[in-house]
Amino acid sequence: MTTHLRHAPHRGDSHTPGLVTREAHGGLRGYIVGYVLAVMLTVAAFSVARSTNMAPFSVEAGLAVLAIAQMLVHLIFFLHINTAPAQKINVIAFATTMLIILIVVVGSMWIMGHLNHNMVPMDHLMQMQR
Amino acid sequence: MFGKLTLSAIPFDQPIVMITCSVLIVGILAILALITYMHKWTWLWTEWITTVDHKRIGIMYTLLATVMLLRGFSDAIMMRSQQALASSNAHGFLPPEHYDQIFSAHGTIMIFFMAMPFVVGLMNFVVPLQIGARDVAFPVLNSVSFWLTAAGALLINLSLGIGEFARTGWLAYPPLSELPFSPGVGVDYYLWSLQISGVGTLLSGVNLVTTILKMRAPGMRLSMMPIFTWTALASNMLIVAAFPILTATFAMLLLDRYLGMHFFTNDGGGNPMMYINLIWTWGHPEVYILILPPFGVFSEVIATFSRKPLFGYRSMVIATMVITLLAFTTWLHHFFTMGSGADVNGFFGITTMVIAIPTGVKIFNWLFTMYGGRVRFASPVLWTIGFMVTFTIGGMTGVLMAVPPADFVLHNSLFLVAHFHNVIIGGVVFGCFAGFTYWFPKAFGFRLHEGLGKAAFWCWFFGFYLAFMPLYILGFMGMTRRMNHYDDPAWLPYLLFAEGGAVLILIGILLQVTQLVWSIRHRETLRGGAADPWDGRTLEWSTTSPPPAYNFARVPKVSGLDAYWGAKQEVMPASSESFEAIEIPKNSGLGFFMSFFAVIGGFGMIWHIWWMGVLAIIAFIALIAWSSWDENDEFELSAAEVGRLERTQPHVV
Repeated sequence: MTTHLRHAPHRGDSHTPGLVTREAHGGLRGYIVGYVLAVMLTVAAFSVARSTNMAPFSVEAGLAVLAIAQMLVHLIFFLHINTAPAQKINVIAFATTMLIILIVVVGSMWIMGHLNHNMVPMDHLMQMQR
Repeated sequence: MFGKLTLSAIPFDQPIVMITCSVLIVGILAILALITYMHKWTWLWTEWITTVDHKRIGIMYTLLATVMLLRGFSDAIMMRSQQALASSNAHGFLPPEHYDQIFSAHGTIMIFFMAMPFVVGLMNFVVPLQIGARDVAFPVLNSVSFWLTAAGALLINLSLGIGEFARTGWLAYPPLSELPFSPGVGVDYYLWSLQISGVGTLLSGVNLVTTILKMRAPGMRLSMMPIFTWTALASNMLIVAAFPILTATFAMLLLDRYLGMHFFTNDGGGNPMMYINLIWTWGHPEVYILILPPFGVFSEVIATFSRKPLFGYRSMVIATMVITLLAFTTWLHHFFTMGSGADVNGFFGITTMVIAIPTGVKIFNWLFTMYGGRVRFASPVLWTIGFMVTFTIGGMTGVLMAVPPADFVLHNSLFLVAHFHNVIIGGVVFGCFAGFTYWFPKAFGFRLHEGLGKAAFWCWFFGFYLAFMPLYILGFMGMTRRMNHYDDPAWLPYLLFAEGGAVLILIGILLQVTQLVWSIRHRETLRGGAADPWDGRTLEWSTTSPPPAYNFARVPKVSGLDAYWGAKQEVMPASSESFEAIEIPKNSGLGFFMSFFAVIGGFGMIWHIWWMGVLAIIAFIALIAWSSWDENDEFELSAAEVGRLERTQPHVV
């Protein structure tokens, strides 16, 4: 709180970057809930991976779902991406990040997939050389 | 003890390199001696090296860019001379292994250490002033960004005299840049210097995005921001989104080279084409990072010198943001010939043509701004009109190459080289010079000599056409890029013309140097109306030139577009508000020391001097950790002191 007061009258108002009040970053309770959820999801992921009575596909699907849930927990409880008005800019930044990642990853997979399809497979090439 | 570094790393057998190096060393020693003789070390340290003032950091960025322009241009004129001399039986004066280093260094330096610092410098200097802020959001980080960029520039220049530079072209495509094909230190110089400066650029992007979004003067909504600030916002958002891709790609190539991994190798499951894909996912946004701020410069210049508000402010903002998004959807047009097939090529061909539309909108906005205005043909306007003509031609050749079948003919030919120089010189370089001339009086309090500036413009303008139009024709004739020697004597006349163009540009550069020296010597005659010499429209002209450390004694209140122009139209009563205390960030040596360790660490890693690299990296991290506990980073200028400063040298116009 001392930091806040020191800045308050001149440079720092509620818009000053780098000065985040405690409220915007959630309280201890949020961190504990997040931590418990994260641990539970991790344990669940390990138990699914070790499970012997699930089909391989279901294991993969289960892990994917748990991974996404884990990401959401981190985003909500640790990175504080939520719908509060103060968080609007963070939400927009996050959405932009996701869009860029989507473009780069999907685009690269599409490009490299087509490229692979058009290329002579390596083992064919090896046989041609022999 | 010294890794791969031995005395044989210094190329004693190459007279060109050795003479250049000795001249450079003598020049640097002379400057150091001069500083010592004039007792300027303390001044240099407190006023410049440790400064966290965004204006001075902006000026230092620009200085770095101009110095690197000289380096990059000397590479360019050497290549032009080589090609003018190396026809048929002649072999010119540069052996292939040296020539290959020169074209790689030319591209790398011009993009990363000339164009980028110039653009970032302009943004750093102007943006906080335009939005009525007293500094950027993170002043110390700003200094760190600059010094990391300077560290990269220093490393890349060390490669001139110690060891060698990459012979791979400016993007270091694998497999050529992999260890088996480039076993020397050249590619490592390339990678480490760009990694270090890339981090600096990324931090600077974060800083300016935050500044623009969070630190605007009261009342200035996003829809009231000057266009240059808008383009700076777009450019910095692209930096934040794209530079991590570059860092990750280079990191993978470093792992390949240092730890024997197989991301981009031919064997072991690697795929060199993935590198080409990734580097251009950064590379295409990069060209918009470079061109968008100059678009903003031209908008400011053309509105100011036509004495009219910019035509179509809203469409300009929308066009800028559309370009920002579409910049991420066109990267494949750099490698149509790689073999992704018709579907993929067709898609990216169309997106490339689509991105030309918002750019065309901008050209019309500038034309309509001039229409019906009272245009003053000062040198910034000459650069702007020169840009509009040249950039349109460059844009058209770009759209031509966006047609995949045409690209198969023109790929890697001199037509391509002519195209991208057409847009980068005609767009980015002209824009930087326009901005330099336009904001110079704001930075230093006096204008540049107008006649010499115009003469320099005409030399650059005609020099550009003479140097690059023949390359378009040579491209059609089948000449590929990066040729050290060629057999077809029919190409020679064109290359001689191109050499003539390069000489004309050289004269332009010499005129600019003369202009700078003359203007500094006769600055007292050029001070007239320096606070607002062009009858400006935006807030940076409302404070003195140069502005005080705190930019504005009273934070301006904004209620519309062209805030300062609006204020000038009314008779304002002298403000009776008392001054308030202002917090000013303290000087910080953090950036300088971090960059010192970055250079040492990079040099150690390049030459495999592991102890040195590791120690420097530890010191680097320790510095960051230590400084993050430093709470005592600003001091307060009391209201009385501000009042005293303002009475002696008023900053409220």
